[in-house]
Amino acid sequence: MTQRQHPAVRGVKKLYLALIIVFLYAPIAVMIVQSFNQSRSRARWGGFTLEWYQSLLENEEILRALGNTLSIAALSALFSTLIGLIACLAIVHMTKRARTVLLGIANIPMLNAEIVTGISLMLLFLTLGIRMGYGTILLSHITFCIPYVILSIMPRFQQLNASNYEAALDLGASPPYAFFKVVLPDLMPGIVSGLLMAFTMSIDDFIITHFTKGAGIDTLSTKIYTEVKKGIKPEMYALSTLIFGAVLLLLMLVNRPGKKEKAPSR
Amino acid sequence: MIKTHRVRNLFAAPYLAWIAVFILVPLAMIFWYGFTNESGAFTVENIAAMARPEHAKALWRALYLSVISTLICLLLAYPLCLILTERRTGRQGMIVLLFVLPMWMNFLLRTLAWQTILEKTGILNTVLSALGLPALNIINTQYAILFGMVYNFLPFMVLPLYNALAKIDPSVLNAARDLGANEWQTFLRVTLPLSLPGIVSGVTMVFIPALTTFVISTLLGGSKILLIGNIVEQEFTLAYDWHLGSGLSIILMLFIIVNMVLSALADQNGEASAL
Repeated sequence: MTQRQHPAVRGVKKLYLALIIVFLYAPIAVMIVQSFNQSRSRARWGGFTLEWYQSLLENEEILRALGNTLSIAALSALFSTLIGLIACLAIVHMTKRARTVLLGIANIPMLNAEIVTGISLMLLFLTLGIRMGYGTILLSHITFCIPYVILSIMPRFQQLNASNYEAALDLGASPPYAFFKVVLPDLMPGIVSGLLMAFTMSIDDFIITHFTKGAGIDTLSTKIYTEVKKGIKPEMYALSTLIFGAVLLLLMLVNRPGKKEKAPSR
Repeated sequence: MIKTHRVRNLFAAPYLAWIAVFILVPLAMIFWYGFTNESGAFTVENIAAMARPEHAKALWRALYLSVISTLICLLLAYPLCLILTERRTGRQGMIVLLFVLPMWMNFLLRTLAWQTILEKTGILNTVLSALGLPALNIINTQYAILFGMVYNFLPFMVLPLYNALAKIDPSVLNAARDLGANEWQTFLRVTLPLSLPGIVSGVTMVFIPALTTFVISTLLGGSKILLIGNIVEQEFTLAYDWHLGSGLSIILMLFIIVNMVLSALADQNGEASAL
């Protein structure tokens, strides 16, 4: 960037970048191809078909698992953001020592191995005699999402200008009014990224769900894991291709080139 | 003022209750089960069980596979992140998009797709034989597990490393060059120390999931090559021996704690030398 590079050096760099991208996207390409493959066997191409997309719409098991995955992700994003936001409100006003201890404990689910978190929650539910199912998955997801929410909101809190809030109080606003009108808008970007982060983590989770789901309920991840031995149904590839397409489209809209990024206020 | 303080402590209450019930009590349970036997008496047998040959072997295998895969991730990610920061043109969004997008495809499916690519009559070997090259038989071996670990955890190395490198002020690098440092010296004495916090958090984020995985070994190792994660998982889902499973989990947690302490120490040193 500062010096002109030899074309060969630039070439090597481009090649390296391309190889890494191939490495990351090769399995995704394979899945997309498989979703259009007429042959049920994985390695053979049997001609183009849209059959799996059609039978996906009639596959109640997969659709139910999709519904569970999405509703658990939405609910755990909502609750973990709410709890995380309230926790941040309390944490910023603590003494430094109390804050360090609390954040240390709060981060345990993020730093600990997922298998240990999953097992510990399973032991809790079984020992308390709670029937494992939708509710226990949701509680577990909220638990492991909260640290990510705090991680997104906390820096915003530290950037807050306290005098804005005090000015609002001086001008006659009640504390809740000042919070909703002055503080919350400044926190909004952190809250939104916390919500999205929690949603993503919950959708992508397999290990913790595996230990806390009990029998009779499946999310997409656990359904895929049980299908591994029998062979993945092609409908699953069709669904994944659709999800991938939707996310790609969404991200491209959000990041469209030419759209000016809003300058942060501070 | 005192009143608002009470209100704020009230805010902390729901969260404190949450971490007590869903973080601290469950962890305490692992310790309770790990240090007792079926009749509830204290024992260290479940911990000592790690020394049994089948467990020790699985732990050792998981350890060296995770160390090697962490190193490979670092070696792949570092040049990659250097290239990415070099071409930054205010479109950071694109880069994050490139590495986060694959994570939106279910990771079990992505790992399974490697099975299709790597298996004996898979895509890779079809291509190799078409080129007249010898076939690679790595599916259901430790190499396939290593491959799967690198594939799955590479983004966890790239993201913190990229953030650390992108934060380095280009004028610092220019200053080093103006003062007579060559490219190599600039890298060793400026870029590398400044990126240390990124390296440390990347290493932690790759090493721990790699050490404790049971999914990658099940999918790519043909469920014959057991890692310590598989042993622990089976104690809970097949053998139903919570005591033994908890005892082995405690050992896993020891490794996690050691890793975290080491990385905290390295982080401090990194910050100190960066000043």
